[in-house]
Amino acid sequence: MNPFRRLRELGLVGMNRRNAAYILEHNPRRRYPLVDDKLLTKRLAEAAGIAVPKLLGVITSIRQLDALETMLDGREDFVIKPTKGSGGNGIVVVTSRLGEHWRRASGLPFSRDELSYHVANILSGMHSLGGLPDRVMVEQRVRFDARFDAVSYRGVPDIRTVVYRGVPVMAMMRLPTHASDGKANLHLGGVGVGIDIADGHTTTAIWRDRPIRLHPDTLSSVVDLQVPDWDRLLELAAHCQTLCGLGYLGVDLVLDQDHGPLVLELNARPGLSVQLANRSGLGPRLDAVDALPKIPHEACARAAIGREIASACVIEGRRAELPASISSG
Amino acid sequence: MKDLHVRLLALSLILIGLAITAYKAEVLGLPLTPDTTAEVWTVDMRVQLRADGGPVRVDMPLPDSNTGFTRLQEEFIATAFTAISDGKGAERRAIWTARRARGRQTLYYRLQLTKGSTGLAQQLSPVPGYPEVPDYGEPQGAAVRGLLDSVRAASADIESFARRLVLRYNEPSGDDRVRLLRDGVANPEGHVRNLIKILAGARIPARVAWTLELNKGMRAQHLQPWLQVHNERHWITIDPETGATGLPATRLLWGTGKHPTVHVEGARVVEWGFAATRTQRDVMTVATQHAADLDSLLVSLSLFSLPVQTQSVYRILLLVPVGALIVVLMRNIVGMQTFGTFMPVLIAMAFRETQLVVGITLFCVVVALGLLVRFYFERLRLLLVPRLASVLVVVVLIMAVISVFSHSLGFDRALSVALFPMVILAMTVERMSVVWEEAGARDALQKGFGSLAVAILAYLAMNQPLLAHLAFVFPELLLLVLAVALLLGRYTGYRLTELWRFRTALRDWEQRS
Repeated sequence: MNPFRRLRELGLVGMNRRNAAYILEHNPRRRYPLVDDKLLTKRLAEAAGIAVPKLLGVITSIRQLDALETMLDGREDFVIKPTKGSGGNGIVVVTSRLGEHWRRASGLPFSRDELSYHVANILSGMHSLGGLPDRVMVEQRVRFDARFDAVSYRGVPDIRTVVYRGVPVMAMMRLPTHASDGKANLHLGGVGVGIDIADGHTTTAIWRDRPIRLHPDTLSSVVDLQVPDWDRLLELAAHCQTLCGLGYLGVDLVLDQDHGPLVLELNARPGLSVQLANRSGLGPRLDAVDALPKIPHEACARAAIGREIASACVIEGRRAELPASISSG
Repeated sequence: MKDLHVRLLALSLILIGLAITAYKAEVLGLPLTPDTTAEVWTVDMRVQLRADGGPVRVDMPLPDSNTGFTRLQEEFIATAFTAISDGKGAERRAIWTARRARGRQTLYYRLQLTKGSTGLAQQLSPVPGYPEVPDYGEPQGAAVRGLLDSVRAASADIESFARRLVLRYNEPSGDDRVRLLRDGVANPEGHVRNLIKILAGARIPARVAWTLELNKGMRAQHLQPWLQVHNERHWITIDPETGATGLPATRLLWGTGKHPTVHVEGARVVEWGFAATRTQRDVMTVATQHAADLDSLLVSLSLFSLPVQTQSVYRILLLVPVGALIVVLMRNIVGMQTFGTFMPVLIAMAFRETQLVVGITLFCVVVALGLLVRFYFERLRLLLVPRLASVLVVVVLIMAVISVFSHSLGFDRALSVALFPMVILAMTVERMSVVWEEAGARDALQKGFGSLAVAILAYLAMNQPLLAHLAFVFPELLLLVLAVALLLGRYTGYRLTELWRFRTALRDWEQRS
């Protein structure tokens, strides 16, 4: 059978379709700075009453390295981010002090020199989109809900939700691994775990393009876990659309053990791996949103629509496979 | 909506591009393939005069544009005379004047011709009026009527009628009627005029066509009379001896009607006649000359109007869109990853100078050495811009060292390393090392070899002589490239590499329970 036709039948959205039909159609260019600059996103979110990880400070020039010292004085852990980074590049998670120096989430030491060099690199734009000079954000490290300790290796899992025209259509949890150095991005070696939008339990998982059931480092099962506070989380994701005005949006959330769901960052060009983690194509869900006569204004109503669409698509998918399972049995 | 818009835009671009190309190829005769030569005839009409010292005026009809050939150039050569051409179409004439001329004078009218793709144009022309049946007198009248009746019985239309008549008229064992009609006619012109007179008996309009058989090295030739009959749509040219229709490839139609004689005042014509030579010339030159003669705006505003130096620059620059199209295809249809969007095109342009194998080797050597140094720089914790500058310096040094070494080893091919765009190479080294650090060697090498593969493909496309020729001679074909790029800009299908990316979906999803 023609594999391209098979991909279409599975409802998988490819790069070209994502770019031409969703990003270029629904994401106005002038809105990009709102999400490409994480500092701006954070301030917008704070103004809208959306919870975000606490900002410890901003470094705009190399002369402020001394200020960084005082900023970090007495802190055990923090996160360093380029404000305009992409794909998790340039993010360093520091988990503890190691005498004069620090220790990274991966367990490797992180000397003062390395810290200064890293900050300088970020400032000169090494990790920013287009190589433009950048600023450094120092953030409070999120302590992920302890219930997920068994499935994350030295880092913070996050929950990526694709929100299309305000309706959350698909979500996955991204788990850091030994290979991904505390970061959760799939192309760096993180685990992608599909989440059933309808009730927030994890379904299927993928790691390095292979389906898995157990976390590669902790060997705990990553499927059939319940994400706590799922309804609030989904509503928060839907709310972020009003915040930035992007029609095709990736919302990254974390579950802090003390502060509950926090918005980590927004993404104007969310990737397509979420489909592989969920074993389900985005196509039918996006089509279902496009078929809606009217999209409600309230975030909770949109979250409800997302739940309906997701469960309808899953049922549809299962029904389509039913004859095959009967014949094989 | 947007898709329809883009499609219509692309369609109109394609149509415009093809229309201009077709016009230039068909009407102006610009060649669609490189390296073709055209046969060029130089026909000289030479008039020798003996002047007696007073003012001289020479007046001579000139052929119009419909000669069965494409006219490239015409020239009037005469030392003591000033020449002008006057009139248009069939009325065109040359007038030579001199205030004072004495002794032997020679005037030339030189015509450069090439065989057009169409030959003699069959221009629609109105019926010139049906001739009255002439009074032949007897017994000729009876002979004409008898001859016409027998020809009419065996013919279908005016063309076949005229051909049949010519054949009958030339039959050696012709019957008594023909012999009677041929009687007393001495020269070819007389025979053609005779035929016209007989055709008038059937009220068919006919005229004399003055033709010239072109021969290599022909000298002092004269015009030969041929027959033209009007079939109520256009004039048909007929060989008055064989009855064959149409003008042979080497025969030039000079004029029709009265014999084109030279009218001279104040001098005596000693001799006049035609000479011809044949040469081979580059089609491009011929075509541009022809186009200049047609006063075509398309050619006078084309790249050929630029200085030669600039032309050779554009010969390369116009290939860049072709390379860019290859990049679009490889990235959006195939899904290959490259460092920098158009870096492969620039590398491909360097390959044009270095040749492929040497080019690839040099590229790999420079990038590999650059990467080694860049990894060393990584330990020095350099700031971004100074680091980029250092990489650039190192790349330039590597290139210089390669040139010097290869030259001393007698391998001069590698000298062309100097043609690589060094800033692009430095950026490639920098980006590759960043990807290497952040995503691992596999990603970096994959992207690096992807860039090289696209560069090779772009080089292969840009190195096609046919494409190079078309891009330069028909730059409007780039509108087609633009149209394809626009269409691909709204392409939403899968990329080839997504078969690999989504392989787990293709392989495992069926087994979901």
